[in-house]
Amino acid sequence: MSGAGGGVDLSRAGSNIPAGRNLAVRAVFFTCALITVLTTFGIIVVLVDGALGFFREETLFGLLSGVLGGLLSGGPAEAWAAARSGLGVQVTVREFLFGTDWSPIIRPRSYGVIPLLWGTMIIVVGSALIALPIGTATAIYLSEYADRRVRNVIKPTLEVLAGIPTIVYGFFALSFITPIIQRFFPETGTFNAAAGAIVVGIMIIPMVSSLSEDAMSAVPDDLRNAAYGLGATKFEVSTDVVVPASLSGVLASYILAISRAIGETMAVTLAVGMQPNITFNPLEPIQTMTAYMVQVGISDVSVGSIGYQSLFAVGLVLFVMTLVMNLLSLWVKSRYREAYR
Amino acid sequence: MPEKQPTADEPHTANEPHAANEPRRAHEPHAANEPRPAHEPRRAHEPRRAHEPTATEPIRTDGGRVTEATPSIQEIPEADTVIESKDLTVHYGDVQALQPVNVRLPEREVTAIIGPSGCGKSTFLRCLNRMNDMVDAARVGGELRFRGKNVYDGDVDPVALRRRVGMVFQKPNPFPKSIYDNVAYGLKIQGFDGDMDARVEEALRGAALWNEVSDQLDSSGLALSGGQQQRLCIARAIAPDPEVILMDEPASALDPVATAKVEDLIDELAEQYTVVIVTHNMQQAARISDKTAVFLTGGKLVEFGDTDRIFENPENQRVEDYITGKFG
Ligand SMILES: Nc1ncnc2c1ncn2[C@@H]1O[C@H](COP(=O)(O)OP(=O)(O)OP(=O)(O)O)[C@@H](O)[C@H]1O
Ligand SMILES: [Mg+2]
Repeated sequence: MSGAGGGVDLSRAGSNIPAGRNLAVRAVFFTCALITVLTTFGIIVVLVDGALGFFREETLFGLLSGVLGGLLSGGPAEAWAAARSGLGVQVTVREFLFGTDWSPIIRPRSYGVIPLLWGTMIIVVGSALIALPIGTATAIYLSEYADRRVRNVIKPTLEVLAGIPTIVYGFFALSFITPIIQRFFPETGTFNAAAGAIVVGIMIIPMVSSLSEDAMSAVPDDLRNAAYGLGATKFEVSTDVVVPASLSGVLASYILAISRAIGETMAVTLAVGMQPNITFNPLEPIQTMTAYMVQVGISDVSVGSIGYQSLFAVGLVLFVMTLVMNLLSLWVKSRYREAYR
Repeated sequence: MPEKQPTADEPHTANEPHAANEPRRAHEPHAANEPRPAHEPRRAHEPRRAHEPTATEPIRTDGGRVTEATPSIQEIPEADTVIESKDLTVHYGDVQALQPVNVRLPEREVTAIIGPSGCGKSTFLRCLNRMNDMVDAARVGGELRFRGKNVYDGDVDPVALRRRVGMVFQKPNPFPKSIYDNVAYGLKIQGFDGDMDARVEEALRGAALWNEVSDQLDSSGLALSGGQQQRLCIARAIAPDPEVILMDEPASALDPVATAKVEDLIDELAEQYTVVIVTHNMQQAARISDKTAVFLTGGKLVEFGDTDRIFENPENQRVEDYITGKFG
């Protein structure tokens, strides 16, 4: 049966849409996809450009217009001068990354981001300590222990928890968690790191539990039965079989939850205060990177001032951190592929 | 059953202290205990012996039993009957999957369960080690006595029961762990603190898999072929040295060569264990079993007896029709 086809026409099999319309549909979908890519790209450009304005005298845009203006009015020499002054150092990267004092608005000014990073880290570590164990245990309970009725109550509850606006969580921290902490530790102030960490922890529990539960439920029953058939208890089945087999999904949920904690803004802004502070004491007020950005955003700092420019530098650090978490999550997913087929 | 008695040709009997590493005399594992019912002549599957690697002697470590069963089970005196069901029924919701089943399964013999699809074979098998507990909708009625003790009594711990009644499933289901850890798992959860390496090797030899995997015990059980995986699952099931091994169509996902190996294995296992096997394959049932139970649609145990008799001269007309392929 070689050579030219017989009487069968396969040229437009399965489609009665004109070829031209197919192309148009394709173009619409492609444009939609393109928008997200372009937006992401635009955000990165704005962040990097703004951060450049923080570290140098001019932003990339200012630099270009200065050089161009100089070139037009006074020739190459003036353009060169504009470039030099535009590239003049305002804040060194070294001071920014390693300085331990953050005060870009109030004199004496200093630009060490470590106190803000520290604040974010306290929230991340504290909330992870709460959310990872509780979230994992909840996931195991839902996937291995709970019968259908209980699950039908708990799962929607978790979804509600996940849907509450974060500002409400912040209010909850101030009006409920902090007073409880104060009952045990009367010296605690209205704003304190502990309340923030606890409330962010509560906030990300649903993320851990629901994503982990998805991964655990996907583990085939065959594996569970194998263990039960050998006389394993429910607990042994959960810890020896289900969790290892769903490890990649569980770890991915941890990473997503942690990046959510890094980026969490409103709740911590309300709960932890506005005090850049390198401290181990969770009862003291601190400030996270996000809370700082809120503070500057709502203050009357003028556009173009160094306080304003610092927003972009801090924003860039946040962006890099969440990017790293995303890459980590990709790596975990490929490294610990679902360990069953 | 007389063929289980020790003979001069068969020095390794069930009660012999084990000689774990003694290789089988030849590549002919069953020559000694050949006095099988002649219904399905051995010759029929003789050629596949060629594929079998050195099968080694299955080992029993009497007195080395790890399982500390619930006392309520252990106090039962031993008898020829290991498992006995009395009016055993199973409902899934409102649907009755098993009509009252009354049957006695003899010790150290292979009992085959056959019948058309959906007739309740797996359901019955899962009653024997209470795997039905895992199915929310399943309700079990009547009694199932394991060594005289009703395993559905309130004081029976299904976990303890399953440590004495092992199971091999239709689809090979090794854990995503190393070969070694797969085999060791049952012993591990029972708190075994003896020579694990020896027990793992013993079980792998018993499952006729040792020669193929002895140099890759640390690699994943999932990296094995389907037939090897199933033998790994058998090794995993026999490693804790249970008394009964349940198998639900253990060879149905395997090719003929792997099936032959598993069948040979079942033959050997029957020297030490009570084996209950569900199969859709009549020839297989005839080849490997001593007793056969025939379930027919509706979850009814229609006939039970010696395999030869059932296949040569069934009492029930519908059983005959089923066996001869007139329906099913
Ligand atoms: N988990 C369950 N929930 C509800 N009904 C079930 C369940 N498992 C089995 N059944 C029903 O019980 C009956 C017996 O099923 P069972 O699996 O025991 O049959 P089987 O003889 O093993 O069939 P097969 O040869 O196809 O494996 C079937 O009608 C089936 O639909
Ligand atoms: Mg079945």
